[in-house]
Amino acid sequence: MNLESIPLQAFLIVSSALFCIGIWGLLNSRNAVRVLMSIELMLNAVNINLMAFSSYIDNNLIQGQVFTIFVITVAAAEAAVGLAILLSLYRNRVTVDMESFNLLKW
Amino acid sequence: MSIAITTQFICFTVLSLVVLIGALGVVLLESIVYSAFLLGGVFMSVAGLYLLLNASFVAAAQVLVYVGAVNVLIIFAIMLVNKKEDLKPINDIKSRRVISTSICLTLLSLLIRVDLTKVWSLSSPQNSIGEESTIRIGEHLFSDYLLPFEVASVLLLMAMIGAIVLARRDVMSKDISTGLPVDQELIEKSSEPLLTNKN
Repeated sequence: MNLESIPLQAFLIVSSALFCIGIWGLLNSRNAVRVLMSIELMLNAVNINLMAFSSYIDNNLIQGQVFTIFVITVAAAEAAVGLAILLSLYRNRVTVDMESFNLLKW
Repeated sequence: MSIAITTQFICFTVLSLVVLIGALGVVLLESIVYSAFLLGGVFMSVAGLYLLLNASFVAAAQVLVYVGAVNVLIIFAIMLVNKKEDLKPINDIKSRRVISTSICLTLLSLLIRVDLTKVWSLSSPQNSIGEESTIRIGEHLFSDYLLPFEVASVLLLMAMIGAIVLARRDVMSKDISTGLPVDQELIEKSSEPLLTNKN
């Protein structure tokens, strides 16, 4: 098999696997900081997808890269606010266990 | 891309293995500190994947924002809340694990099936702009993506103000319940948690 470049599917598979690992961590973590890390993993998977499509399908007008820049911006804002909420929760509850944050449970 | 194809394949394989094994380590390791440092490694490897895709500017932004800001923020949060605590055991943890793992594997198989069966209409690599991508991103940001660019600045300002408001500790001079002056140095240690778990 003679290939002149890495196939697009390889990047897509890596990003799919990364996204699913992120979802698994989001569902199964007890520590709130680890939940935030899983969200960052999922955002990175989406970014890899956007970059791969931008490079293989739209390599003249690279709009996927511009979208990736915006996703990185939103991820930074999300991390800052998420960790501030976490600190505030920790101050009130003295724990970071996800199972104890059930204030909105009906 | 001027690197030989064999080198590209080797780089891609190594970087993807680092990304996937590091991500597994992030979600599976016991110690949250190891997870945070592995997360930094994952971010760096994703930046390497961007370099393989001819996007040097986004790779630099990834390193600066994710490794330099988000990862450091996460490590600081771990330092602030890292207390050894005995987690309460959950009754149906086994069934929960089984259900979530099966959901993730199903989603993964669906995504991989879509990735492999769909025939993407690839553009020819001849009209690739390659190293000029930074110039093109700048043109996009100041012409057709000008409004999102400006809105992003407002979003960052709002996130900054929101983080300050949420994380600030309100120091009171008087105790609310007794009216006595509060010893400011002991305010963290002596205060009862406001929202203790009643059950």
